Amino acid sequence: MAKSEVKLLGAWPSPFVMRARIALNIKAVEYEFVLETLEPKSPLLLQSNPVYKKIPVLIHADKPICESLIIVQYIDEVWTSAPSILPSDPYDRAIQRFWAAYVDDKLFPTMRGLLTTQGEEARKAVLDQLAEGLALLEEAFGKCSKGKAFFGGDRIGLLDIAFGCMLGWLRATEKISGLKLLHEANTPGLLKWADTFCADAAVKGVMPETEKLVEFSKVIVARMRGAHPPK
Amino acid sequence: MAEEVKVFRTWSSPFAFRVVWALQFKGVPYENIYEDLSEKSSLLLHYNPIHKKVPVLVHNGKPLAESLVILEYIEETWKQTPLFPEDPYERATARFWARFGDDQVLPSVFGVFIKQGKEREEAIVTAHGNLKYLEEELRGKKFFSGEKIGFLDLAFGWVANLVSVFEEIQGLTLIDHEKYPLLLAWIQNFMDDPIIKESWPPRDKLITKYQALLGSFIPKEAAEK
Repeated sequence: MAKSEVKLLGAWPSPFVMRARIALNIKAVEYEFVLETLEPKSPLLLQSNPVYKKIPVLIHADKPICESLIIVQYIDEVWTSAPSILPSDPYDRAIQRFWAAYVDDKLFPTMRGLLTTQGEEARKAVLDQLAEGLALLEEAFGKCSKGKAFFGGDRIGLLDIAFGCMLGWLRATEKISGLKLLHEANTPGLLKWADTFCADAAVKGVMPETEKLVEFSKVIVARMRGAHPPK
Repeated sequence: MAEEVKVFRTWSSPFAFRVVWALQFKGVPYENIYEDLSEKSSLLLHYNPIHKKVPVLVHNGKPLAESLVILEYIEETWKQTPLFPEDPYERATARFWARFGDDQVLPSVFGVFIKQGKEREEAIVTAHGNLKYLEEELRGKKFFSGEKIGFLDLAFGWVANLVSVFEEIQGLTLIDHEKYPLLLAWIQNFMDDPIIKESWPPRDKLITKYQALLGSFIPKEAAEK
């Protein structure tokens, strides 16, 4: 298939865009990475994702697919010859989907909250919530991996992609806050998995460097604090 | 091998209805286990310790939570009467709209019901902004899934039984004939389906329930005016 048949609209700091890139890498699909400026939003973005106007958008043979987890599953279902991203057993698939949704619905908002919440008490509450979420994922890792390297077993799967893409921001948050979020004491499994995930061939080239994310976050937070100066 | 399928639910949970409708369409026998959410059973908490919510599907002792995840599981486990589109692009589209329904449409419609004054005016604008997509999606189709009821219709099922309840209690019309002729037709077709009818929340019970819910939301000062 010609490279231009598959386009991915995205930006380097986005963990959601990274999910799509890893899935395309796993399937060895050639694609055109179209850098979205976001300010202002490009006509292509507004046209291909009119509902949310967000990245990533996968454009395959001129048809747009939105929402990162939906994109990853689409990639798995269209390019069937390469390694599978979802397991074959329906129950295992459901467990992966359940935790992937948890990452988006619960974990990510909490992580973002740690960067934006001000006030010691409020921050402590967010930290506790985050620690709880990571503890649940540590437990899930034990059950899903069954002693292997990834949530998906021997190879990267949907949940590895869903959660793994948060690692860049998780590490940046650790640097910014001076706190350890993944550590030997509470999350030994995840700590080891994080290194293995980031070193994987499908991930290495698309995982942003922590330092770059730290710099980038300063821009975002300054913008947010400028709009709402601390009392 | 004897199959054991249980659905932990309440009589009114819109998310639980999706699950039982899917099982009914596929002709899968199941057992309803009704929960009192003010006093959750230890079994529910054991099966869904993360969210502690209904519905939970337990298939041969293995629990699953989150209705959209459960629907995909049901589709992959019982292959008769497919509910999802076969084409990957159409499937991605259906999944997109199902999440849009839960993330945007339902909260905005509930906002119209629960809010007052200026906040309600704003909620109405937001709700219409979301509902218009549903009307557009029905163009040229009887159901969201085409000729027959499918996954996306089940995901939007709450629109067919809850919206009119909210409208009646608050004395307003959200889904009107002028803006939403297709959606109104869909609601009627959905409600008329014999399999959907097998599980349907009684309207009078819904009215009582949501009236009571509204009562608990109104701040004391407003209630005393």
